[in-house]
Amino acid sequence: MGYIKINQEKITKEIAQELIDVCPFNAFDYIDSNLSVNSGCKICKICVKKGPVGTCELVEEKKEKIDKTKYKGIVVYIEQRNNIAHRVSWELIGKAKELALKTKEPVYAVVVGNNVSKIAEEALRFGVDKIYVYEDDIYEDFNVEIYTNVLSEFYDKHQVNIILFGGTAQGRSFAPRVAARLKTGLTADCTMLDITDEGDLLQIRPAFGGNIMAKINTPNHRPQLATIRYKMFNEPELITPNGEIVHEDSTNIKKETSIKLLETYEKPQVSDISDAEIIIALGRAFKKKKDLDLIEPLRKRLNAELACTRPLIENGWFDARKQIGLSGRTVKPKLIINLGISGAVQFIEGMKESELIISVNNDEHNKLFDISHYSIHGDIFEVLPKLNDLLDQIL
Amino acid sequence: MNIITCIKQVPASSKVEVDPETGVLIRDGNNVKMNPYDLYALETAYQVKSMSEECRIHSVTMGPPSAKSVLEEALYMGSDEATLISDRRFAGADVLATAYTLSQLIEHIHDYELIICGKQTTDGDTAQVGPEIAEFLSIPHVPYVKEIIDVKDKTILVRSAYDDYDELVEVAFPCLITVEKGLNVPRLPSYKRRIEKQDYKIKTVTMRNLKDKNPDNYGLNGSPTQVDEIFPPTKRTDSIKIEGSSDELSKSIVEILQESRFL
Ligand SMILES: Cc1cc2nc3c(=O)[nH]c(=O)nc-3n(C[C@H](O)[C@H](O)[C@H](O)COP(=O)(O)OP(=O)(O)OC[C@H]3O[C@@H](n4cnc5c(N)ncnc54)[C@H](O)[C@@H]3O)c2cc1C
Repeated sequence: MGYIKINQEKITKEIAQELIDVCPFNAFDYIDSNLSVNSGCKICKICVKKGPVGTCELVEEKKEKIDKTKYKGIVVYIEQRNNIAHRVSWELIGKAKELALKTKEPVYAVVVGNNVSKIAEEALRFGVDKIYVYEDDIYEDFNVEIYTNVLSEFYDKHQVNIILFGGTAQGRSFAPRVAARLKTGLTADCTMLDITDEGDLLQIRPAFGGNIMAKINTPNHRPQLATIRYKMFNEPELITPNGEIVHEDSTNIKKETSIKLLETYEKPQVSDISDAEIIIALGRAFKKKKDLDLIEPLRKRLNAELACTRPLIENGWFDARKQIGLSGRTVKPKLIINLGISGAVQFIEGMKESELIISVNNDEHNKLFDISHYSIHGDIFEVLPKLNDLLDQIL
Repeated sequence: MNIITCIKQVPASSKVEVDPETGVLIRDGNNVKMNPYDLYALETAYQVKSMSEECRIHSVTMGPPSAKSVLEEALYMGSDEATLISDRRFAGADVLATAYTLSQLIEHIHDYELIICGKQTTDGDTAQVGPEIAEFLSIPHVPYVKEIIDVKDKTILVRSAYDDYDELVEVAFPCLITVEKGLNVPRLPSYKRRIEKQDYKIKTVTMRNLKDKNPDNYGLNGSPTQVDEIFPPTKRTDSIKIEGSSDELSKSIVEILQESRFL
């Protein structure tokens, strides 16, 4: 909490330039011998730590601290459609149970829908202490306005500590709405979750659109909210249920909406790379679509699924569901072969848990080599034809 | 009809790294551009304008004074009005504080039926700001719009793309939509528009102009989340690098695959 204060008497033209250079966000303006901080400042404190000594300081403003002991329970929002729970919900229960071991809190689930008793029983088998069920005809289809009313009612009543949402298309539209309603923080697409020494939720995700990870927390607001993509975490083992199903009363929840769902269209199924055991992932090294023929022998031989980086989606070669990465799918195959991929953090976060990672690249300083088991330093247009010849020879 | 488009300036290059020794962020150049998704938001607005009578488009952005250039681009593409909201008290804003600030600006502008945002930005990539603005304004939102089907008197019909399905929804004004890349072909800024708009003065709004003037609700103070630390992604220590001729390399690949029983 606070702002960056500049000690103007120490500022010379040279020092101003040094500070401008050290700031990654262009947040300094030097006009008429006066250095000021503009709204681009992210209070990253680099100017304080790495700038000329004594020129910048962080002025902290004391804020009233909330009483964190009042908030108890780690909650997983169970996303369902047509009365089938999205499996990311179960993965999140697994993670919630891990976190709860550290904070000594109960793990809850909450589900909204019509006829969702099967889901409630399933949640108990995944090991929640309680599942809160909101049922009504009007909850049949997801509606962001009405569902937000439900979750806000749920929070008002139960004053929970943490709520986790699946980072699905629906979850990424719903969670921010809940966050704004409850005036609290939300971290999107966390790739790791833990508990800080202070007992807050530690949320880790790639940040600033670059090869950087950030540790984020919510020190003085409750509930703490996060979305997590499908397949980031493992499903927990099933147990003999010992939790409780709690049916909540919905009479006082507002059910008006100005969004009318007229029709849903299911997309044709494409084989899902999330479940693939063997993947060949392609990057921008492939310049022409014709180049893709080069991998056909290997793909057939391994019976592999093809996947790719974002640029190959953007040029229309693959269905968007074939994209690996933070804004695509998370994969955990037994084998992944990466061909001509540079290893941006957004890509790596979607595949780094793969059991065997082999990467081919002609630039030995590419970032993907840092996490590969085998880094093959070579040109795909030379290696692949030779590899195809070899595959022909061995039966 | 009045449309507000929310746009943002983002770094032109995604080459940002942390120096592992010093912990300092290294950015490759200071070039900026309009968030690519916002180009589609603007084009959507211009198309809605062509489908309805008497429509005005107001583009807004929150950022440092230099972010005016992104509004100029919007004006030269076809926006009628442009407002920058800028104040050093906005520094350090997270999603909640950013969305709150923009919602205050939109209330300050007051007249609107439709707000259009890009689905997400390329620097933050959270896709949260649009839905949060809608919540602060107590209006509905529809995310991931990939097609505008019809614009009626009091409602708009849109088709949205979710993970495994699309939805056709009708939503009443006032409302907010966020648009997907590729739902149209964004026009380029035109020389003719530049001449037409050369005397236009972009408006600047600061915290003092807003209804809520409490600095606790903006910038770092109004941000529930806090970045504690940044660090470079982890590396594997047992990585094996293989060099050689293409013959040798392809042989190695086959050997690895045979050893691990994939061949
Ligand atoms: C917010 C955000 C979210 C993102 N989400 C994702 C995501 O989910 N998934 C994703 O993939 N990207 C994502 N990106 C984009 C990401 O940052 C990278 O731009 C992208 O992953 C790069 O793809 P690439 O490795 O195929 O291309 P490049 O970075 O261009 O790399 C191509 C590589 O091929 C190598 N190469 C070239 N020619 C040859 C050759 N003949 N033989 C061998 N090697 C060769 C080059 O050395 C280079 O390393 C995101 C970006 C942002 C900002």
